Amino acid sequence: MEHTYYNPEDLKKFGTIGEWEKNLADKFFAYYGDVFKEGDLTAREKSLIALAVAHTVQCPYCIDAYTQDSLEKGATEKAMMEAIHVAAAIRGGSSLVHGVMMMNKAKKLSM
Amino acid sequence: MIKSLHARQHQLAQQERQVDFLSNGIFKSGKLTSFQEKIAALGFRPLKPAKIEIFQVNVGYMCNQVCKHCHVDAGPDRKEIMTRETMDQCLAVLEKTKIKTLDLTGGAPEMNPHFRYLVSEARKRGVQEIIVRCNLTIIRANPKYYDLPEFFRENNVRVVSSLPFYNAGKTDRQRGEGVFKDSIEALQQLNAAGYGQEGTGLFLDLVYNPTGAFLPGDQAQLERDFKKELSDQFGVCFNSLFTITNIPISRFLDFLIESGNYVEYMEKLVNAFNPAAVAGVMCRNTVSIDWQGNLYDCDFNQMLGLKTDEHAGQHIRAFDVAKLEQRDIAINNHCFACTAGAGSSCQGATA
Repeated sequence: MEHTYYNPEDLKKFGTIGEWEKNLADKFFAYYGDVFKEGDLTAREKSLIALAVAHTVQCPYCIDAYTQDSLEKGATEKAMMEAIHVAAAIRGGSSLVHGVMMMNKAKKLSM
Repeated sequence: MIKSLHARQHQLAQQERQVDFLSNGIFKSGKLTSFQEKIAALGFRPLKPAKIEIFQVNVGYMCNQVCKHCHVDAGPDRKEIMTRETMDQCLAVLEKTKIKTLDLTGGAPEMNPHFRYLVSEARKRGVQEIIVRCNLTIIRANPKYYDLPEFFRENNVRVVSSLPFYNAGKTDRQRGEGVFKDSIEALQQLNAAGYGQEGTGLFLDLVYNPTGAFLPGDQAQLERDFKKELSDQFGVCFNSLFTITNIPISRFLDFLIESGNYVEYMEKLVNAFNPAAVAGVMCRNTVSIDWQGNLYDCDFNQMLGLKTDEHAGQHIRAFDVAKLEQRDIAINNHCFACTAGAGSSCQGATA
């Protein structure tokens, strides 16, 4: 095992997951390619969504890839940071909204 | 303002050092396939030209700006300037060969004291298309340049201008403090002269190049973004946007090395190699001429000192279309920038 779990070189080897299960990998990559094509959302909007999700799942490979991709798609640095704030707001909000559950339970248990 | 590599006596100011760097390292070790091997596999070795359509003259390396990515290493401290005699040799060739397009670049070509002579003579002698690669800020740099838009209009010059982004942050970081503001003023002045306006026949194109170690995005999408943002924010209009990939030579090569991006950037270019872009590389329809009248396959080869094939002639005095159209084009690993993704040239994407 390497000294760290994450190695930037491994990102370039993403395609090799097909070596052990080609059929599913082919389907995944074909699907992946289609997802990022221009649709009702522009390719840049999709890249910014990917960047926000990358920060939510805290995937270093995805952060590396979609920081570059967002720049290539012409996103401003401000837009990239705004996307991450969206991720942060949903993450923070998802904790806080569960506060209602906590309050419901506490109120039920309390006299 | 930063200084040129030349003024700093930087090792990359030496052409041979750059060629040496690009030929060795990751390419010599076999980590990456060389450009030569890559195109040989496609049957493009040697790389041969098609018809010569563009006569690109670099009238000198002097510039009022010192952009961080400049492949020319241009700046106010560069004194290499084409003489009127050499311009006359160029004009004679244009007249004789009837090559369609005269493409003027620099430095800031307008800083050459004989620039207006060259343009107006070329117009008089019937050159079909004259392109000036104008950095925009030169129009605002000194009162003697304020009338350039009118001069361009009178000579029906096609203006092609660099603007790496539609905001000041990214533009100024690459091109220098205050460049964005001056560029917008110059664009407004060009618009006022009729440039970029529908129906005037006066073309104003913008060049987008990435503001760092990444590839340009989709040309059509970026053009839509630029048109919307420049129009909404500044009332500026233009015709087409050309995306150009940064070439790993000169100051951009220095940036790649200093920032630790060189290997990854070259990997990116090699991995993005698009076989469909090879046939459209600009060296196949261009000849580049330097301030001393030497001939090259493109402006990038000019900066690396890679002259045209010696059997085809290497100086404007010996300009022979038939021989040049038979030459072997000089290549090295910087050429990967012109074949990556959608391809890249002075006229934008090629594939």
